[in-house]
Order: sequence, then C-alpha cells, then structure tokens
Amino acid sequence: MLTKRIIPCLDVKDGRVVKGTSFIQLRDAGDPVELAAFYYQQGADELVFLDISATPEGRDTMVDVVGRVSKEVFMPLTVGGGLRTTSDMRRMLKAGADKISINTAAVLTPKLIQEGAKKIGSQCIVVAIDAKRLEDNKKPRWEVYTHSGQEPTGIDALTWAKQAAALGAGELLLTSIDADGHWAGYDIELTLAVSEAVTVPVIASGGAGTLEDLYQAIVVGKADAVLAASIFHFGTYSIRETKEYLAEKGIPIRI
Amino acid sequence: MIAIVDYGVGNLRSVANAITKLGYQPRITNRQNEVLNAQAVILPGVGAAADTMESLNRLGLVGPIGQLIADNRPFFGVCIGLQVLFSDTEEGGGHECLGIIPGRVRRLPSELKVPHMGWNQVKQRLAHPIFAGIPDEANFYFVHSYYAEPADKSLVAGETEYGIPICSVIAQGNLVATQFHPEKSGELGLRMYDNFIKLALEAKVNHK
Repeated sequence: MLTKRIIPCLDVKDGRVVKGTSFIQLRDAGDPVELAAFYYQQGADELVFLDISATPEGRDTMVDVVGRVSKEVFMPLTVGGGLRTTSDMRRMLKAGADKISINTAAVLTPKLIQEGAKKIGSQCIVVAIDAKRLEDNKKPRWEVYTHSGQEPTGIDALTWAKQAAALGAGELLLTSIDADGHWAGYDIELTLAVSEAVTVPVIASGGAGTLEDLYQAIVVGKADAVLAASIFHFGTYSIRETKEYLAEKGIPIRI
Repeated sequence: MIAIVDYGVGNLRSVANAITKLGYQPRITNRQNEVLNAQAVILPGVGAAADTMESLNRLGLVGPIGQLIADNRPFFGVCIGLQVLFSDTEEGGGHECLGIIPGRVRRLPSELKVPHMGWNQVKQRLAHPIFAGIPDEANFYFVHSYYAEPADKSLVAGETEYGIPICSVIAQGNLVATQFHPEKSGELGLRMYDNFIKLALEAKVNHK
C-alpha cells in the first residue's frame, strides 16, 4: 500500500536556512546540507526546499546547495522559489533536484506547466498553490494568491487546481494562507476540496501544530502527503515520533 | 567500470551520487564502446518512454543494450529504464520499445491517483542476490504513471500493490530492473545498488 509522506520544508535564503532551528544535535542548524542529512536520517520521506533569495546570486547559491544535498541525501528533493523558465527548472534538476515547484510563474504563464511537463516530465512538475478563504459565500471558496501570498489574483483555487493538473502538473502543493503560521491545523476543507477535485497527489501545507493536525489532513482532508516546517524545525516533534503516531492510528507510513 | 547511460534525459546525477556514495567511481557515458565494455551498466530513467527510445536509437545504443542483456552481462534498468525493456508501451499513443522482455507497458488505472508517487512496499517473489540484506515488503520510492506487464509472470521478482499488483522488480541472472528509484529510496535503495555492483564484480570472470 502506498504510504503517506511526511515532508519537512526548509526555507533557504542565500544558501542559509532561515526560520532558524533549535536542534542542539546540529553543529550548524543554518546549513541546509546538514539539516537535510539530519531529516534524512530521521526518516523523512521527502524534502522541500523553498528558495526565498531575492537576488540572482542567491539563486546560484541554491543550485550549489541542491548539488551538495543530493550527494548526501537519497530521497526525493523538491525545489521551489523564483524558477520561471524550463531552463531554470532543468538547471535545478541537473544539480540533483527531483521535482520543481512553481507558483507565481505558473499563474502568470500557465503554459509553463505544459512546457515543463513536456520537456522534463509531469512527475517533475509540482504546482504550488497559495489559497486564501473568501468569506462572502455560504459555500466555502478560496482565492489563489501569488508573490509569496501577497497578491490576490481573483482566481478560484479549485478551478486553478484542476487547470494545473490538466496542464500536466504531477502534484499539487497546497498551502492555506489563513492557516499558515498559526499552528492550529491545516485548512481541512480546502485540502479535501482540492484533493477530490484532482487526480494527482496533493500535499497539504500550512498550519500544522500538533500530530493530530497531520492525521486530520490525511484522513479527513484526504491529503497524500503532509508538509510542515516549524513543528519539525523547532523540535516540537521529531519525524520518527510523528510517523509512529500516525502509524499507530492506522495510517500507512514508512517507518 | 560502472557505466551510467547518458541519453540526455533522466536523473543521472542522483544515480551517480548514489554509486559514488557506495565508494565506486561511475562513468556517465553515451559511447557505444564504453557501454559495451563496462563491468556494469545502469540505464536510469525519468521522463517519457518515447523520448528515451528515440535517444537510445539516435545514440546507437539499442544494439549494444540488447547485446549486453543477451550475453547476461550486468545491467540495471531504473523506472523508464525498466519500461523500455518491454515490447511496447501505451504511453504517448503507443510506441515500440526494446523488445527484450515480452510484454506491454500500460497506463495505471484511473481510479487511483496518477502518478503513483511515494514510498510503497516491494514483496519479494523470487530469491535473488539483489535482495540481499533487504527485508521483504521494504519501502521504495516510486513515481510513475505507466507500469510493465510481463507476458511471463514468472519473471516478476518483486511486486507492489497500487490498486493492482505492479511488477516492481525484474531480476533474472545479471539483468535487474526496478520500477522504483533506488537512488531515492534511502539506505535500502543504496543497498540494492551495492548488491547489483557486487553481483557485477563477481560476474567479471565470465566477461569476455
């Protein structure tokens, strides 16, 4: 049986992990290579790197980071942030990434999904969707935001999710802007709505505070994978105890 | 020499990193003579089967790969590298493949999420040195939308459940192929490559 994936996400700026971690085991918790190796040893199923560098030099550094991580860590690596063309994507894949996550660029140029799927394969293209709940309706609806959650687009998240999948996205990384950073649980309704609207895997993101939140996203939200940052980085839960908790509750998990 | 076949697509770097981590020095190559003279050949794969076939044809590697396998020389096909060994694939409206293993490559049933993406268990159906030190039903990392269906089911060395039973490992003599990615499957994935290379180095005595 296919297991549900537990995915730590690392924000990297100019080659350093930001939103610092508090692992005393690590010599340098800001070093993405060391942190990636740590999660690998703990049994993470996959890693997502989000490059939040604002400069071309920062982006070049990310290529180098991915290259170094892929020499030490033998699990899938997804890289996102600032990738706008298929040649950007190729460069990252060549460095050792397995999947490329695109967000704003995909909304601005949906054809990029199609091109990426055709040139490097659907399985490499993750479309990241940042969605914010609209309060004006009885039936819940969500709007897609771009530019790190800053710009409303007027696009309905479910419509966009379906379109992205139809254009060739191999997976969707779905973040609730409302829930993100609040440690009060994922937006389960959003997760479920998107998960049921598409036939590609969906990664739930934004809001994980407890292990029960992860369980809810998988069981009620029907997520194929759950992504979290701070609960892992701050050491609130280790990957191992997260997996043991979910396995004990009957979720198929790779221990 | 361990050759990793470079045909323009595929995740060569990850495979090379895995082999390097094991203490070997792989050679990434698309030269016929290097492929033919290698002690072990790995055909990695990511992407589309049709593109892979086109590249192998263009590089003149179809003949050498067929010859290696016919001579029972150590060969490891990964993902698309497994699929192209079969007669043909439904992918992209239907394409002929290498025809080394009789059977078809078919689209995964649509009731389940496609691609089949993530870690899934491999049930060991045949005893083979490729499984040395790897527990039965261990998890490996999969990402694929098509699966191979060998005409001769007795070729299936490893099987994985995804709605239907999927042939996840072919292992016959020195021919090994996996639908999953050992280079992305943690320590057990590395062990599988190590098992293959050990097998290859032992097979050296028979190598003309």
